[in-house]
Amino acid sequence: MTRTARTLRPVALLAGAAVVLPLLVVVFGAFKTLPQLFDAPLAPPSSPTLDNYRRAVQEGGLGSAFANSAVVTAGAVTLTLVVASLAAFFCARVPGRAGWAVFGVLVAGLAVPAQAAIVPQYVLFDRLGLTDSLLGLVLVDTVTTLPTAVFVLGGFLRTVPEELYEAAELDGASPLRAFRSIALPLIRPALATTGIFLFVMDWNDLLHPLLFIRSQEHRTLPLALLDFQGEFLTQYPLLFAGVVIASAPVVVVYVLLQRHFVAGLTTGAVRG
Amino acid sequence: MSSTRSGRRRRTARALWLFPVPALALHLFLFAYPVVQAVQYALTDWDGYSAAYDNVGLRNFAELATDDDTFANAAGNNLKLTLTVVLAQTALALLLALWLVRTTRASTLLRAVFFLPTVLSSVSVAFVWRFVYDPDGGLLNSALRAVGLDSLQSVYLGDPDTAVFWLALTQVWFHAGQMMVVFIAGLQAIPKELYEAAELDGAGRLTRFRYVTWPLVAPATGIVVAYTTVQSFKAFDLVLGLAGNPPGPALDILSTRVYTTFSNNQFGYAAAQSLVFMVLIALLTWVQRRAIGRATR
Repeated sequence: MTRTARTLRPVALLAGAAVVLPLLVVVFGAFKTLPQLFDAPLAPPSSPTLDNYRRAVQEGGLGSAFANSAVVTAGAVTLTLVVASLAAFFCARVPGRAGWAVFGVLVAGLAVPAQAAIVPQYVLFDRLGLTDSLLGLVLVDTVTTLPTAVFVLGGFLRTVPEELYEAAELDGASPLRAFRSIALPLIRPALATTGIFLFVMDWNDLLHPLLFIRSQEHRTLPLALLDFQGEFLTQYPLLFAGVVIASAPVVVVYVLLQRHFVAGLTTGAVRG
Repeated sequence: MSSTRSGRRRRTARALWLFPVPALALHLFLFAYPVVQAVQYALTDWDGYSAAYDNVGLRNFAELATDDDTFANAAGNNLKLTLTVVLAQTALALLLALWLVRTTRASTLLRAVFFLPTVLSSVSVAFVWRFVYDPDGGLLNSALRAVGLDSLQSVYLGDPDTAVFWLALTQVWFHAGQMMVVFIAGLQAIPKELYEAAELDGAGRLTRFRYVTWPLVAPATGIVVAYTTVQSFKAFDLVLGLAGNPPGPALDILSTRVYTTFSNNQFGYAAAQSLVFMVLIALLTWVQRRAIGRATR
């Protein structure tokens, strides 16, 4: 294998450069003026300016979009993890057909792309008064990612021996207590992994805000960025400042929790 | 209050039935029911807001199949995109995985680098690549000018013949690292003894790849191909970010086409399009599963 690795090294180094260089250009460029960017795209900023960030927040409304994204993401991730782990607990504990039937109904959603439901979903949410609202986004993000969450958490919960719960219930614990004190601590790694997958999905979701949100005050980051592009078509330093603002939270968490991140995005994505 | 074991167990079981209720209620009401309704809408000419609409039977589907150039164009673009991305991303991800499968300090760092784009939002990635492809002062053309290859400069996304190819390149940059991780897991599961045995038999490197690595990594290949296919059908955010909203004909794919139809208030027609889109994905996934199943048997 070492010889194989050696032969592949030039290809891989080239690929590495192709990943890093554009990102460097963006991070540097966010602190430059447009002429500076065009003159030397790869050079670090010679006289760094925060002007692009100021304009991105003031003219592009990225400040409020950031807050909306945070609220929607926190709400949707929490709600999804709670209802998915409760449902997965049932599927893992109730033997035979009932458990599998519930699991099947919830997981069948994996086969349906989000786009398939959007037309009637929009109509339904509109009738419920849930379009152009952050609560509506929380709910639609939740039902979109729920099948994946149930699938992954169900897989983990099936590995917990039933005897553990029975022992606790013999001691007088309610099922809810058994869920809280036994199941949740045991599947903590799976919860972290699933949580990260949901965080990235919800934080980066464009489809639903684009359909559901009409007013400026309810825009989330990806939607604000898209509007931004219409306004500042080739004002690259401004667009780059927007990219940095929108990506910073995800990248920071990625650097801190790398292993969970890779596991979460890979299992979550491949299952979902 | 029966304190017998079976009594307590029954009570437990009854309480347990409440656990899946929130998930089922949300899922059935806000997701499954709309999917079923899509079928109903697809048989009408509803515009989304009028009280009156007609049932038109299968007319929407007939129009789609015979008389909708924009949909056919989007389907063609989507097919080109899917083929290109599946081939390029699978090959590149496997190469990277072969290179980085052994855990050293350098390979750990490089894996992290290759995976990094995956965590970004599609709109962010689209902005990065808008600058890479910008014909005037963009990264690619400046680089070509810098090394004296001016003749190779291009307008990239502005050229209708090659736009989909450049979109595919961005897609591969975005997700090859994620698929590399799947391949690394697949490669690590291959028993070392097999390589040792092959080496004892005097098998060269290519022979070992052909008869050990390739057949044994096939399950991972299957996952990568299936996932990449679905992903290229969902490249919605990336296209809107790169091409603007709505995208022009050169970069229109099925998901953006459905969205544009919906935005034009043709709700019934958009529902029909989204069902065809869904069936296409399901068909492709099924065909691939069978093909991969046969290849790994």
